[in-house]
Amino acid sequence: MSALQPSELDRPALARGRSAADADLKSVSAALRRAEFGDRLRTLLLAAPLLILLGLSFGIPIVLLLSRAVYDPTIADALPKTTVALGGWNGQGLPGDDAFAALAADLKDNQAKGTAYELAKSLNARLPGARSQVLKTARKLESADGQAALDAVKSLPFWSAPSTWPTIRNGTHSLTSFYLLSALDLRWNADGSIERVPPEQAIFVQVFLRTFFVAAAVTLATLLLGFPLAYLIASVPKGLAAILIVAVLLPFWTSILVRTAAWTVLLQKFGLVNDFLLFIGVASERLDLMYSRIGLIIAMTHIQLPFTLLPIYSVMRTIPPSQMKAAYSLGAKPFTAFRRVYIPQVFPGVMAGCLLTFILCLGYYITPALIGGASDQLISNFIANYVNVELNWEMAAALSFILLVFTLALFGIFARILGLDRLKLV
Amino acid sequence: MLLSPYPTTGERIRITLLWIWCGLVILFLLVPILIPVPLSFNSGAFFIFPLEGISTRWYEVVLGTQRWQSAIGNSLIVAFGTTLIATTLGTLTAIALSDEKFPGRRIVMPLLLSPLIVPVVITAVGSYLFYARIGLASTYAGIILAHTALASPFVVVTVGASLTGFDRNLMRAAAISGAKPLTSFFRVMLPLILPGVLSGAAFAFVTSFDEVVVVQFLASAGQRTMPLEMFIGLREKLSPAITAAATLMMALSIVLLVVANLLARRGQKRPGTAP
Repeated sequence: MSALQPSELDRPALARGRSAADADLKSVSAALRRAEFGDRLRTLLLAAPLLILLGLSFGIPIVLLLSRAVYDPTIADALPKTTVALGGWNGQGLPGDDAFAALAADLKDNQAKGTAYELAKSLNARLPGARSQVLKTARKLESADGQAALDAVKSLPFWSAPSTWPTIRNGTHSLTSFYLLSALDLRWNADGSIERVPPEQAIFVQVFLRTFFVAAAVTLATLLLGFPLAYLIASVPKGLAAILIVAVLLPFWTSILVRTAAWTVLLQKFGLVNDFLLFIGVASERLDLMYSRIGLIIAMTHIQLPFTLLPIYSVMRTIPPSQMKAAYSLGAKPFTAFRRVYIPQVFPGVMAGCLLTFILCLGYYITPALIGGASDQLISNFIANYVNVELNWEMAAALSFILLVFTLALFGIFARILGLDRLKLV
Repeated sequence: MLLSPYPTTGERIRITLLWIWCGLVILFLLVPILIPVPLSFNSGAFFIFPLEGISTRWYEVVLGTQRWQSAIGNSLIVAFGTTLIATTLGTLTAIALSDEKFPGRRIVMPLLLSPLIVPVVITAVGSYLFYARIGLASTYAGIILAHTALASPFVVVTVGASLTGFDRNLMRAAAISGAKPLTSFFRVMLPLILPGVLSGAAFAFVTSFDEVVVVQFLASAGQRTMPLEMFIGLREKLSPAITAAATLMMALSIVLLVVANLLARRGQKRPGTAP
């Protein structure tokens, strides 16, 4: 303590004693902390309107959609008595007559309330063929009561088939993994383990693989076309580079829909691409490029090329040409210098461009819808189809769930190893 | 810069090949977006060169028929609404994020950018599901809200970039001189970051004006926008009117984005201490 020289500033405090000085210091730092806290709160308040709006207009919709993939109360809501009656059933063989009677009463209620179709549709998603059986039984029950109703249900072989009651019991659990498993062509089998659905029912794994294949093909094509052009633009004098970069930016600034429209014109049987192919002799007759995989990949490559090129270019621009000259003067052959000096430095840009294009390709919807054929529809098109045509929200939600997991995982990798700054938006 | 002072034959060949390859790539980039332009002035009803004659009949269809006129009107309503909300809120958020006192930027920034990464069909389907429940489906407000989510990241990023060149001491100086926070925002900060704000607004406008997937799910028949009319037209019957609409939309987005990029560049170059 004695080593401590009292400073000028401490003098008033010294007069009042050490403890008073400590109290002053404490109150000052508390005031500072309060002010700091106030500042933090103020910045948060500034950002709050947009964050709240995004939560409402974007966050809640997505969470709500995803919840539909695992939460489906349709069957439990439609069959309340059956749900209770199945509480004591061990899942072996057939349930007791009380369950059949409860089902008859529930079906009768649904028919009276006009909700039988909803139930039939929901059961049918889990048990193909159930729709007509449910509707038929519900109609039969309109004029039956008590024992007659019970007999009416029992007389139909569908209600005594081995898979019917386990399916109903699974359906009465509102929380379900059924749709998520279906989206991966999987299902629960009778002994409680997960198995693949039979090949003739499997659809989605193939669609996911197709989506990955198209995304990978487009990414590779944009890299092959984009890397040399980025290199050229980064190497030529400034004025020429500005002109060349406009050639990249003009398509970049045109909307995906407009570019897709342009490609539908170009890819027609009597369109310019076929004219060109005939002219240079690559094709001997006009090809069907519309509604084909190759047409889709060409159009998507055109749309994605700037997304791959621009991050590569922005890295190449920062590499001084003197480095390559230094490599040459140290005796490196051009290819060696390129491989050992240039490539390692542009690699983050290449990764950023390719990863961005791959991520964006996974979500393509417009271009496959307009240029792809029936067998070129990607996962987004299936999601839209389940909503618009099949009215099966649960399946759309499950496919969205899995697509989103892939997309966000790749985005996470991007943000983690490359940083969000490399996300060239504008 | 490409050729060394004493190029070898191999080097010459490589560079020539590079130029040829890049020339082809540039053709690949430009031809498809330029093709609809001459076709839109074709007097015939087919997409085949050579053109039958020059006419503006397809522009008369797009600008003169009720169907397209109402689509253009709807597009403008939605795009202006989106631009207004996204620019106002996005600018406030960018200012907050540029303050080093902002807590949790590392969490907020990816969240703000996520509308650009989440596949747009998922956004569209989710919005349709939620907005239908709260009565916002088939309303302009619903479409504008959904578009604001897609457009605001562009505003946050462009305004944020213009704020990196802004000297915060100017705000302290204004406060010391007795200016209230609002006054110093409007008289000191906003004039200096205005290029960035306008550039963000242009990006927001184009994002909304070009958007078709969300509109497809949220709009009723009375709210069809220009891109949605185009999408429907492309699915049903390919008419040269589509090329006229495409040319108009392309011209609008290119003009706006050229302006936006010039503004953004100006906003970033300009030092915050300039008078």
